[in-house]
Amino acid sequence: MERHVRHFQEELDELKSRLLEMGGLAEDRLRLAVRGLVERDGTLVDKVLIGDGAINQLHIDIDDRCFKLLALHQPMAVDLRAIVAAVKINTDLERVGDLAVNISEAARRYLQHPPVKELIDIPRMAELAQDMLRDALDAFVRRDLNLAQHVLVQDDALDALKTAVFRDLLGYMLRDTPTIEPALDLILISRHLERIGDHATNVAEDVIFMVSARDVRHQ
Amino acid sequence: MVPTGQPKPITPVKIAVAGMNFFYGKTQALTDITINLHANLVTAFIGPSGCGKSTFLRTLNRMNDIIPSARVEGSVTIDDENIYGPGTDVVDLRKRVGMVFQKSNPFPKSIFENVAYGLRINGMATSRGDLEGRVEESLKAAAIWDEVKDRLETSALALSGGQQQRLCIARALAIQPQILLMDEPASALDPIATQRIEELVYQLKRDYTIIIVTHNMQQAARVSDSTAFFWLGRLVEYGPTEKIFTNPAEKLTEDYVTGRFG
Repeated sequence: MERHVRHFQEELDELKSRLLEMGGLAEDRLRLAVRGLVERDGTLVDKVLIGDGAINQLHIDIDDRCFKLLALHQPMAVDLRAIVAAVKINTDLERVGDLAVNISEAARRYLQHPPVKELIDIPRMAELAQDMLRDALDAFVRRDLNLAQHVLVQDDALDALKTAVFRDLLGYMLRDTPTIEPALDLILISRHLERIGDHATNVAEDVIFMVSARDVRHQ
Repeated sequence: MVPTGQPKPITPVKIAVAGMNFFYGKTQALTDITINLHANLVTAFIGPSGCGKSTFLRTLNRMNDIIPSARVEGSVTIDDENIYGPGTDVVDLRKRVGMVFQKSNPFPKSIFENVAYGLRINGMATSRGDLEGRVEESLKAAAIWDEVKDRLETSALALSGGQQQRLCIARALAIQPQILLMDEPASALDPIATQRIEELVYQLKRDYTIIIVTHNMQQAARVSDSTAFFWLGRLVEYGPTEKIFTNPAEKLTEDYVTGRFG
């Protein structure tokens, strides 16, 4: 690589590592929230609720870096697409952090009731959502179209699980009205997990755009 | 997100180049160039130094004829006439295909005379009033009238670089060309003068077919509708400007527009 683009390349690499850091933080918080729920451990849930200052700081920092790279380097072609993708991925990751907080809030309420049932599908959803997020970010760093495509496929499985969770819990609520309140929180949690999958899907779509310039959204 | 390869409104082909090879003595400077340049669009030629883009520009009004060792193969057809055919009047050709150079080159005469000169030698003005009218019209088209209307008799050499360049554009426009070739017209100008030239290019394309050679990729991206990328005397890629700068088809083009070489 020529000398005159090394500076830009270094900035781009730094930007990518910040996005990975942010993705890692979002993933940690999601894992913590779901673990707190499954293990009925309020202290874990509270850790997520204490605040996502680090993610918020990165959110601002990454946008700022993108803004400066656009203004100062006026990138073209694949470089331009990488920065546009970074701006959007940044927003998606920040939303994932917010959804982890939402999950914790619902978990906090849920833990005040006796358990509705043994949780099986929700931990599976959480695992799947985390896999999708990790794969999407790996695809971003490695510029891997196949992996990005794989994320899009996984989203269908996550949606199916959410429907299954809803049907399952509906049965409990109809049979046993005191479960309505905690069961509604579980349904909310499954909805949040499904949304995290949607954000991972967005990231994967941005990766496909960055690498191949194809816009695969809304298809 | 950026729609790639979105077609520009189709305008007729103004210049059709087919199978062009160009030699300086034994050195081949252009190899097998085939390209259709469209009317009322701005086409930018980009590429690293020595890639042949200026040489190619100069084949379009036979400016290379003055180089003794230069030799051209292939055809350049402008409005159904092969300009390298035996019947071509080169002086008439250059009236139809005007040119603006990197360094502004006004005559050491008054502002008025710079523009009037071509009209006079071509017998294009019927009276003093007609001449004055045409000079004014050309200066207005080149967006410099308001700056010089009160001092038309002063020397053109007293103008700023950007003004001189616009005066040269006015001079080229005065003889009513259909095509305007611009060889790095803003590379010697400051950002504000550059912006004026770029704005002018944008306005002129309504009436002219414009071909611009530029080293400044942002400029090519800003002013042109189509972009052609040259490398080692070959045309590597030619397409809508937004496609070339957001999603070029060729790896070489991508490496060049992202600054990986050149």
